Amino acid sequence: MLKSFFGGVHPPGFKTSTKNKNIRPAALPKKIILPLSQHTGSSAEPVVSPGDYVEAGAVIAKATGFISSNIHSSVSGKVLAIEPAAHPVLGKCRAIIIEPELQQKRLDSIKDCADSGFDPGKLNPADILDAVSSAGIVGMGGAAFPAHVKLSPPKNKKIDTLIINAAECEPYLTCDHRLLLERPIDIINGIKILANVLGVKKCIVGIEDNKCDSAEVIRNASILKSDIKVVPLHTKYPQGSEKQLIDAMLDKEVPSGGLPFDAGVVVHNVATALAIYEAVALNKPLYERVVTVSGDCIKDPANLLVKIGTPASELAAECGGFIKKPKKIIFGGPMMGVAQPSEDAPVIKGTSGILFLSKDIAGEYNEGVCIRCGACVRACPMYLEPTTIYYAAKKARFDIVNDLCALDCIECGACSFDCPARLELSGIIKYAKAMIKK
Amino acid sequence: MSMYTISPAPHIKSKDSTNRIMWFVVAAILPTAIAGVWIFGPHAAWLILASVAAAVLTEAALGRLMKKPVTVTDGSAVITGLLLACNLPAGAPVWIAVLGSFFAIAIVKCAFGGLGKNIFNPALAGRAFLMLSWPAHMTTWQNPRFWPDVVSSATPLAKNAVEIMGPGSKPSLWDMFIGNRGGCIGEVCVIAILVGAGFLLYKGYIKWYTPIVYILTVGILSRLAGGSFIFSILAGGLMFGAFFMATDMVTTPLTPGGQALFGLGCGIITFAIRKWGGYPEGVSYSILIMNAATPMIDRLTKRRVFGKKKR
Ligand code: SF4
Ligand code: SF4
Repeated sequence: MLKSFFGGVHPPGFKTSTKNKNIRPAALPKKIILPLSQHTGSSAEPVVSPGDYVEAGAVIAKATGFISSNIHSSVSGKVLAIEPAAHPVLGKCRAIIIEPELQQKRLDSIKDCADSGFDPGKLNPADILDAVSSAGIVGMGGAAFPAHVKLSPPKNKKIDTLIINAAECEPYLTCDHRLLLERPIDIINGIKILANVLGVKKCIVGIEDNKCDSAEVIRNASILKSDIKVVPLHTKYPQGSEKQLIDAMLDKEVPSGGLPFDAGVVVHNVATALAIYEAVALNKPLYERVVTVSGDCIKDPANLLVKIGTPASELAAECGGFIKKPKKIIFGGPMMGVAQPSEDAPVIKGTSGILFLSKDIAGEYNEGVCIRCGACVRACPMYLEPTTIYYAAKKARFDIVNDLCALDCIECGACSFDCPARLELSGIIKYAKAMIKK
Repeated sequence: MSMYTISPAPHIKSKDSTNRIMWFVVAAILPTAIAGVWIFGPHAAWLILASVAAAVLTEAALGRLMKKPVTVTDGSAVITGLLLACNLPAGAPVWIAVLGSFFAIAIVKCAFGGLGKNIFNPALAGRAFLMLSWPAHMTTWQNPRFWPDVVSSATPLAKNAVEIMGPGSKPSLWDMFIGNRGGCIGEVCVIAILVGAGFLLYKGYIKWYTPIVYILTVGILSRLAGGSFIFSILAGGLMFGAFFMATDMVTTPLTPGGQALFGLGCGIITFAIRKWGGYPEGVSYSILIMNAATPMIDRLTKRRVFGKKKR
């Protein structure tokens, strides 16, 4: 029996156009936009000024506080300005703009391969945490929570399990899948580093069963070197949501309002594990990542190794441009991603995909009326009643919305996806949540 | 103005729109309606057409009058018309069908606010209205056209409400299965009903919770009361009601648990009416009664939210 959670939906995968394509580096962009806030928490504070010269990998903005993150230049070149610029999630955000030079240079301290005799099990946990936090690593699956925070559980919580999230349940996205196929050993080393910091024995990798080839690769690689277990999961959305993943793999529910810590678990995504390996073993900060550039408007969809800060427009050009007029540009996947007003927004640390969708895929719908079909109720992985919350929110009865546990909504969009009346259930619920918190 | 559309996630939606679901339901009722016409002859076809036409026209006219967007294309009025006709005796006059559909759409559906807002199943409420107003027309059933006495027989099921609980009655089980018996247009041919229902179940447009619990409840209670399990579930309008009317989305509970409870309630009431009631057949009334109980069931069957202790 494949493991899974209760509820969920089955959107079409749309992964075939990129899942067999090797990761290739994207060309050097003409301009780099590095927002000071690319993570959950307080924004970073610039330590460079316009006119300065920086090398790739140099710190250009420093974390402010514990829940924050350093930001590094992804190229060598000249700082042009520090000013508000397009941001894929926030709309606008102060950013450091850099013009890359032709001959790229990166910090000498960054290595190409690990020292011989590198052993993730022998490292000192405090050194690892230091490396992770100074490398500016954040959760790369989307939420962008600073990784060192996720690796520092409160003293009173006992962590016994590390879950590596390789579910990649969002349609279109294949970057984690490709990483597993192309960099299995490095990822395994990253997982071992994580296990070391957390002091856990039990490491499990969750992969949806439609990505069996990557499950095989990682299993073979891990058998060679350790006792990391691979668990195939039912292909269902939102399998990659932390709470649903923990439920599926360990049969444990994270308590309402709680964190994975409360279930004795830490969850990290595949790309994050790799970034942590690179930070610890290669001394390389997080300044580039793999991004799936796809969608029915893109001529040649691809998995690209992208310098963080590269604007979407350059990546569209990199992939052969448009064969159809895009109706929507989405940062992230089609289920939870953010629609963009323009092609200006840059790739940030949490950007796993950029999609260019035509009206055939991302159609516009008029909201109808609820026919009480119950599809949203069956779809909700948090066991809520989306339709009831929706109508309470429309009447501005936020007290009722709160009683209906709207704050437990993980904003996965499964309810809206399955609603035949095309109600914007998750959109309204998200808004209602913000109103409750006010 | 931005070049690209900005709207909340998700940016893709499932294929199943309200319209698509409704028209698939229409398609699923068709085999039953066609079987009814085959069994009872052309007058049944006129009743079906008149009923559907009246339902659609009423909805269109009222939509116009109340200046609401025209919703007839969503197929729900067609469903109401079809279901109402299926609930009529094959010999009923055409004006009965027209009046029933008018009542169903105008009073039961639109007066409550239209699609999604009505409390009672429009077709069943329409039938109940006809039953109260013109009981003679509504309880004079016709025999299949292949029988020697095609002329209206006396109410075959009403003759003896207890009789349908036991195997002693007239038609054989096979006859009941293929529809070689008296009754309403849409309720006699069980095999056609199962074809349509199987299709809807396969497509996921109806779930098994309500109909299966409903049918089993009636069967088991009848068996416990000394009757026949198979006979009781084939008899009357149980199959048709369980698969096509107790599964109406608008007027039944939201959660799977609530839907099962709804089926259980329908089953108990149907059994009670059949055994002790004055009406020949309990299916319509039990579903209507449970429709009224739906808001309460919804409240009782709120689910435990993920990560919370049982409420
Ligand atoms: S209510 Fe929230 S958690 Fe439930 S399906 Fe909708 S978006 Fe997901
Ligand atoms: S899925 Fe849409 S139509 Fe169905 S019950 Fe939920 S809100 Fe209503």
